[in-house]
Amino acid sequence: MKSKPVNPTRRKFLQVGAAAVAAPAILGATRAYAANPVIRVGHISPRTGPLANFAEADDYVLDAINKIFAAGLENNGKTYNVEIISKDSQSNPNRAAEVAADLILGDEVDIIVAASTPDTVNPVADQAEINEVPCVTTDCPWQPYFFGRNGVPGVGFQSTYHFFWGLEDVIGAFLDMWGQSGVTKTVGGLFPNDADGNAWGDAELGLPKPLAAAGYALTDPGRYQPLSDDFSNQIAAFKAAGCEIVTGNMIPPDFATFWAQAAQQGFAPKIVTIGKALLFPSVIESLGARGDGLSSEVWWSPHHPFSSSLTGASSKQLADGYTAASGRPWTQPIGFKHALFEVVADVIRRSDDLDDPSAIVAAIAATDLNTIVGPVNWANGPINNVTKTPLVAGQWQREGDAFDLKIVANSAAPEIPLTGSLKLL
Amino acid sequence: MEWFNAVVQGALLGGLYALFAAGLSLIFGVMRLVNIAHGDLIVLAAYLGLSVTLVLGIHPLLALIVVVPAMAVAGYILQRGILNQTLGQDLLPPLLVTFGLSVIIQNALLEIYTADPQKMNAGLLETASVSLGGLSLGVLPLLTFAVAVLVIAGLQWTFYRTALGRAFRAVSDNQDIAQLMGLNRHHIFGLSMALALAVTAIAGILLGIRTSFDPSIGGGRLIFGFEAVIIGGLGNLWGTLAGGVILGVAQTIGAKIDPGWQILSGHLVFLIILAVRPNGLFPRISG
Repeated sequence: MKSKPVNPTRRKFLQVGAAAVAAPAILGATRAYAANPVIRVGHISPRTGPLANFAEADDYVLDAINKIFAAGLENNGKTYNVEIISKDSQSNPNRAAEVAADLILGDEVDIIVAASTPDTVNPVADQAEINEVPCVTTDCPWQPYFFGRNGVPGVGFQSTYHFFWGLEDVIGAFLDMWGQSGVTKTVGGLFPNDADGNAWGDAELGLPKPLAAAGYALTDPGRYQPLSDDFSNQIAAFKAAGCEIVTGNMIPPDFATFWAQAAQQGFAPKIVTIGKALLFPSVIESLGARGDGLSSEVWWSPHHPFSSSLTGASSKQLADGYTAASGRPWTQPIGFKHALFEVVADVIRRSDDLDDPSAIVAAIAATDLNTIVGPVNWANGPINNVTKTPLVAGQWQREGDAFDLKIVANSAAPEIPLTGSLKLL
Repeated sequence: MEWFNAVVQGALLGGLYALFAAGLSLIFGVMRLVNIAHGDLIVLAAYLGLSVTLVLGIHPLLALIVVVPAMAVAGYILQRGILNQTLGQDLLPPLLVTFGLSVIIQNALLEIYTADPQKMNAGLLETASVSLGGLSLGVLPLLTFAVAVLVIAGLQWTFYRTALGRAFRAVSDNQDIAQLMGLNRHHIFGLSMALALAVTAIAGILLGIRTSFDPSIGGGRLIFGFEAVIIGGLGNLWGTLAGGVILGVAQTIGAKIDPGWQILSGHLVFLIILAVRPNGLFPRISG
């Protein structure tokens, strides 16, 4: 090998020397950053459109999560930077699928998460499943998630996992609440012709069977189209059957139309328990005095005895923090949105190999974490890829100027304390 | 009796649909403009009403005093500032512009008022009812129907008994000749849009008392307005009222058979009428 004789001139020596002295300072700064590989997490939620209420706390939750993630997360002794890329589904399932594909193929996210109703969760999970990207979702009852995606019990899905409660829990919580009230066991059902309404009203898997088993007579006039302007026929049917309880799964405008017409037609049930429409304090407030005493399922509240595995904050602290930051009352999705990222952080820490999607999926499946919404552990699921968090029932009761959601029935989850007792309308 | 109840409730519902449709009918009659943003303008009016009631602490119906002129002024500015530039031989540009307007209004409302469902609190009016021969009729639906009849009658009178109405009919018949006769069609179009949005304001307030609304709800209301206009016949105001009532009755009768048929039967009646009489039941304008 022929080597070139080294004859450094004074000028060359100074140049190389200066570069050598400066190098650690310049390269050091960039190298320390580059040494931390980045894990990208895609997040999809309905920030605009009819479902925007579900995502109103997104900024608050993501800010807190980003602060925790800013220090990086440790995996197998190596620190990873976590970048959350959040996109809007515009409350539209087609758009949700589109942004999910964008995140997977364009941003090349390593994990994708989504929350809020089958319209967001299902298309995102489907995209993740096709592209074999690990996916965690929440805030949608598991039946529409599992059966809505043509899941086969016993087989389940490859890369998509879900935590929330199911229809059986809602039915149990409702029956628990009605049972203690002593009203006549006649129920009027209002189920719209949408994913939720069809699941709730389904003769086999929905409310009718367990209600009949518990001795309730259900009057179900049939599926109505959402955004109907008239409920006089349903009200006439409920009056004829002497219904003292009204239940169902409605969107807020439909419930408001029904509830005003019920008063006009002289129909006064003693208990009104409606899923979805009565979740948010803003809806109850918009109903004014007629909002007092309406009841709903409760997935999460400041009284839930759980705390965050990430920040250590209790349910009450998380809810109060949101109220302080936004000036708005707490809502139930806040806890679940936070819990979603608790699971993500836990998975990133535990995964055997963050470059291998199947290792991430294995870490998701092996999750055993106490989150702010309760324990999340897919080994305890009712069906493949699904695990359940506790559910109780609550009633909106007026306290001074504001409405408070009192937990009035908790048989299924006695660890969540009662905060009030059911009052008849 | 139950069937009769369904018919009566449907007819009252038709009053609301007629109010949705009156503004559409008017502007289509005068300038052949199909306003896709009409539903969102109704929701905008409801939000304006909500703000007025909250700020001034007055009854929603009193808020009409503020909202109706405000929407009328907005309509005039909108027409002269934007929509007049798009009118011409082609129907498509105004269609696209109003479609864009619809998106802008929705998102502006979402930014300002958030996605919370809102409702105007009209106190006793919301739940009051009168008994008539075994039927229980809500005062609010009765009021809505009465207002619809008055509005249509008022528009009809304006159209056929006033100088403004003559100007409307003149530009509707032939823009160029009307222009030659000394009518400024840009101004006339502005006035007709102002009148249409004044009616929209009434519809929005009554909708906001009847049910809760959020920024995204407008599009769903638009279809009923269009159907009422088409059923009644383009450009015929009394026909629009008839169209609204037919649509409302079809819906409640359908719902009586099965609630799943409520919206569908309204659409079916619309399609049948469109098939049998493509110009609607009482057309005044051909094509």
